[in-house]
Amino acid sequence: MPVQLKSFRLLALMAVAALSLSLSACSSTPDDMGDVSAQSTMGAEDMGGPLYGTEVGADSTMGVAPGTQADLVANVGDRVFYGYDRYDLTNEARNTLDLQAQWLMKYPNVNVTIEGHCDERGTREYNLALGERRAAAVKSYLVARGIDPNRLTTISYGKERPAVPGADEASWAQNRRGVTKVD
Amino acid sequence: MKSEKLCAVQFFALFLLFLCGVIAGANPVRAELKVDVTRGVVEPMPIAISPFHVAPGGDTEIAAGIPQIVTANLERSGLFAPMNPASFIQDPASIDQSGPRFAEWRAINTQALVTGTVTRTADGKTRVEFRLWDVFSQQQMIGMAYMTTPQNWRRIAHIISDEIYKRITGESGYFDSRIVFISEEGPPAARIKRLAIMDQDGANARFLTDGRNLVLTPRFSPNEQQITYLSYHNNRPRVYLYNIDTGRQEVLGDFPGMTFAPRFSPDGNRVIMSMAQNGNSDVYAMDLRSRQVRQLTNSVGIDTAPCYSPDGRQIAFESDRGGTQQIYVMNADGSNPQRITFGEGRYGNPVWSPRGDLIAFTKMLKGQFYIGVIRPDGSGERLITKAYHVEGPSWSPNGRVLVYFKERPTGAGGAQRSAKLYTIDLTGYNERELKTPKDGSDPAWSPLNP
Repeated sequence: MPVQLKSFRLLALMAVAALSLSLSACSSTPDDMGDVSAQSTMGAEDMGGPLYGTEVGADSTMGVAPGTQADLVANVGDRVFYGYDRYDLTNEARNTLDLQAQWLMKYPNVNVTIEGHCDERGTREYNLALGERRAAAVKSYLVARGIDPNRLTTISYGKERPAVPGADEASWAQNRRGVTKVD
Repeated sequence: MKSEKLCAVQFFALFLLFLCGVIAGANPVRAELKVDVTRGVVEPMPIAISPFHVAPGGDTEIAAGIPQIVTANLERSGLFAPMNPASFIQDPASIDQSGPRFAEWRAINTQALVTGTVTRTADGKTRVEFRLWDVFSQQQMIGMAYMTTPQNWRRIAHIISDEIYKRITGESGYFDSRIVFISEEGPPAARIKRLAIMDQDGANARFLTDGRNLVLTPRFSPNEQQITYLSYHNNRPRVYLYNIDTGRQEVLGDFPGMTFAPRFSPDGNRVIMSMAQNGNSDVYAMDLRSRQVRQLTNSVGIDTAPCYSPDGRQIAFESDRGGTQQIYVMNADGSNPQRITFGEGRYGNPVWSPRGDLIAFTKMLKGQFYIGVIRPDGSGERLITKAYHVEGPSWSPNGRVLVYFKERPTGAGGAQRSAKLYTIDLTGYNERELKTPKDGSDPAWSPLNP
């Protein structure tokens, strides 16, 4: 499942890259960009999740407002994943966070909240603490990449807000996550 | 809230009139009748609980309702086998008039008999009189009367249940108590959770919060007037106090990070909890009067789920300082932490028995969850129930029964969750579902009602 997810993300990134190329080809001023994003804001709000980028690719008239959650999801990746009872960052997670750091540099007025989440195979209190650790791991990585800590808030949801409802390892792997959300 | 005020009034309106043996001058003797609760499997004791006699002006609903609740309580304990009332030969009026005809009760093979009378006093109160009889020695074991407002009759039934339980098992009862828990509904990703409270038998369930904020892990204060819990109010997860009488909610302290896993000290003067900062969770105690905070652990690991011993001198908590989640016991000032769990797997949720002799816990091993007990010195680990997911034990006031919750996937593809409360005898027998209006989790048993 994580492999599948990875290829989805790759596809999404490629699609987004193609889209931004086409956008920059036909729009020469920031104003035009604003127009494009204004048209598509509603679509961006309604969707979300890691698959959003592919949707954009399928319809080249859509785009996302720069510096928004939809932009982060589509062009950077809003989440990283952890192993069972782990909070250390994988290479894949570091790559995502490097992109997040660049993105945050690009939009210095954007503040974010980092949510730490766990799978359901732990006790309530422990998972609250573990979720806090995961969120803190993301935060300290971004700070090390030069982001002002005052722009980053952390919150742990423990096992209270799973991303997917399944009761199997593939689902739990998606629920053990750190999610960056634009305030 | 109206029902809360009523509750307080009811408490005051409850009067104990007579103590053991005062009624009718019967001398209670130390009868042979006894249930041994220390053994694992007991043969439940046959007991006949007669409908109560209705004296002129007495409430027939109460006269019928009290024996039903006493029957349900005693049956649920697993220690008693209440007889079918259809087999009773002597009617309540004749018992009231001339006492039990023991030969008729022996004929149905009951060992104990409960009888009672409901009357109404001149000032509109309800008077409930009950007696417990040893059918074979033909002796009265208890005779008591209670006066109360008519709305409070369920509580009388629980007090009577406790008296019977205590007289026959030799241990204090637990029926006149309540359970606070989290009421759950909705899909896993958007679960709505509310603080809820009910009597220990599931009656009088009501919500204390409206579900707008995620709430978790409620625990009673020793006097039952307050609940401490975790709320995500304003997306700031913090420990709160809820006053049951007034409905007032108050954030506890001003901490820079998430506070969670709260519990009262046995004297009610402190709340012990975890605070997380920069990813590290430690245990803190707050004095409720001075509001001064003291940090009790300082490890780089997760230190959480603290719980005082009933004498207040020690604290059990869980920590992964040794690599995996395990249970430790330290002095109340934070000194001398000692790991007490060394079995395979992970251990969490330590909860000290009100008797002091055992600590209940949740254990995770090879994809299964267990509820178990262990002595505070780490000896005598015993697992008493196992499932896909069981968690969060809490002790009955007499330390005899544990309440906890059980979760399982339901629906197509396991995309929904069921969460239910269960009770189980300390010995691992007599597991029963405790019905709640919606799904339930994080139960905490109150002390006996004041």
